[in-house]
Amino acid sequence: MSDHNGDIKKMMIILSKATLENVYAAFVLANGARMEGIEAEMFFTFFGLEAIHKQKLEHLHIATVGNPAMHMPTLLGGLPGMEALATHMMKKEMERIDMPDVHEFLDILTASGVKLWACKLAMDMFHYKKEDMYDDIDGVITVGDFYKQGSGVGTHMLFI
Amino acid sequence: MDKIIAGATIHVNEEGYLTDFPQWNKEIGTALAQEADINMTPRHWEVISYLQGEFKAESPLSIRRIGKSGVVDIKEFYQLFPMAPLKTASKIAGIPKPASCI
Repeated sequence: MSDHNGDIKKMMIILSKATLENVYAAFVLANGARMEGIEAEMFFTFFGLEAIHKQKLEHLHIATVGNPAMHMPTLLGGLPGMEALATHMMKKEMERIDMPDVHEFLDILTASGVKLWACKLAMDMFHYKKEDMYDDIDGVITVGDFYKQGSGVGTHMLFI
Repeated sequence: MDKIIAGATIHVNEEGYLTDFPQWNKEIGTALAQEADINMTPRHWEVISYLQGEFKAESPLSIRRIGKSGVVDIKEFYQLFPMAPLKTASKIAGIPKPASCI
């Protein structure tokens, strides 16, 4: 038995998708943890890597197909320009509520002490190099390394 | 509820935030900081007066805005108030807990 009181000490957040709504969800959760005095680390894997890829992170879109919350017929969502339009509208709303863009959000996260890790396997699969990624990532690591980072009482893991 | 601190009686809510800002003074701020294990330096006070100014101007506080304030950057803000900086600093400043997620 441990005498741990159940407090969350550390959030380990795995981001596997690059749609804007998922990237923001992960970023807000990581930042929100730091704001509460909780440690936070992020693991970017598969398409989630695009959120820290220098050339791609400014061009992420929200999903208009396969996203029931868009309340849009799937066929319509697939029309050319639809994703760009929906993304443009969402970005306008985000600016209104003081939500930073992806690059600025990464700056806020690193300044707040969030560790950013790229998944080695996915990096190899997409032929990405460390230089392709956001300058302040903490490293390219394996799943095992990431689990090791999360060891200790009061750690929670979240897959997005 | 009432709380006696630094020789004064102040009104605080259940989380310990002052509910009546005019009751605040620097001695109370120093004592609240000690409760959070923070020794106030001139740098801390600069940030506290910025927060109080924003509160008086009714402008909502967020980590992003603090980073853009020109008073302190986010990294230093976390160094000055290591655990939950926005909440801790607001408590010391005698202003309400910010309701921000960013």
